[in-house]
Amino acid sequence: MKFGVIVFPGSNCDHDAYHVISKHVGQPVSFIWHKETDLSGYDAIIIPGGFSYGDYLRAGALARFSPVMSSVREFAARGGFVLGICNGFQILCEAGLLPGALIRNRNLHFVCAHINVLVETTDTPFTNELTRGAVLRLPIAHAEGNYTCDDATLAELQREDRIVFRYCDDAGHITDKANPNGARDSIAGICNRARNVIGLMPHPERACEDLLGSSDGRGIFHSLTATLVHAQER
Amino acid sequence: MKAKVYVTLKAGVLDPQGKAIQHSVELLGYGGIADIRQGKYFEIALDDSIDQEHARAAAERMAREVLANPIIEDYRVEVEA
Repeated sequence: MKFGVIVFPGSNCDHDAYHVISKHVGQPVSFIWHKETDLSGYDAIIIPGGFSYGDYLRAGALARFSPVMSSVREFAARGGFVLGICNGFQILCEAGLLPGALIRNRNLHFVCAHINVLVETTDTPFTNELTRGAVLRLPIAHAEGNYTCDDATLAELQREDRIVFRYCDDAGHITDKANPNGARDSIAGICNRARNVIGLMPHPERACEDLLGSSDGRGIFHSLTATLVHAQER
Repeated sequence: MKAKVYVTLKAGVLDPQGKAIQHSVELLGYGGIADIRQGKYFEIALDDSIDQEHARAAAERMAREVLANPIIEDYRVEVEA
């Protein structure tokens, strides 16, 4: 199976994602410059964190127009797996591949911290090796991670079991205090209707080694590789 | 030909920057401020060969597709010769 990590001008978590796929997942991985358009041969695409185009206009707004994004759209429509982390989540929302938008944190601060998220569904290719209700300790580092959407979209996300991660406290309780950015319904990550595109604000790729304070991010990558192995066996 | 595009947050979308600005303005001694909302303003210089109708259509499209995110923002376009 082959992973691709898209690199925009201003991406800065691309090497972290590459490192995790090559070292911990143990699969071939390539960087994909944002001007490339050929995604054939890839099984999963990671849109990494960072500040694509300097966050000009709105976070993720300009990256959406990069040539590679048309290919990502087609890749996703064909059922390819797309994981958007932090700025990658913002880009997926701006591109319309995920609903809603990420706005300025309610306290206006850039928040850089380890937080907890609750695994809300295991019915995704990115969480099927996890346990529903499990608490993952993951780092966040963002100023625009405040997820917002209209009432109809929120109801749809809830009804279709598409809220994948929610911010919680150490015990797994969803509280306002445990919500680091004011996200609606404490949403930290969602998936699309076909469940093959996921976006989340926390950084699982920075939480795959105990030395870095947590290895809870590994389960997300293990889920994805397990999904790809099953897909190839079929 | 110049197109002006005003982008504002939709009613109901949290504007923490607007709130912080309001607080600072109130510290200056201004009272009676119900709310301050921050927005964006774009000036688009268009080639003089484009007539007003096409200029407006172009600016509307730019606003809809790039300058504003319709999920959280509204926009208003003005065109002046």
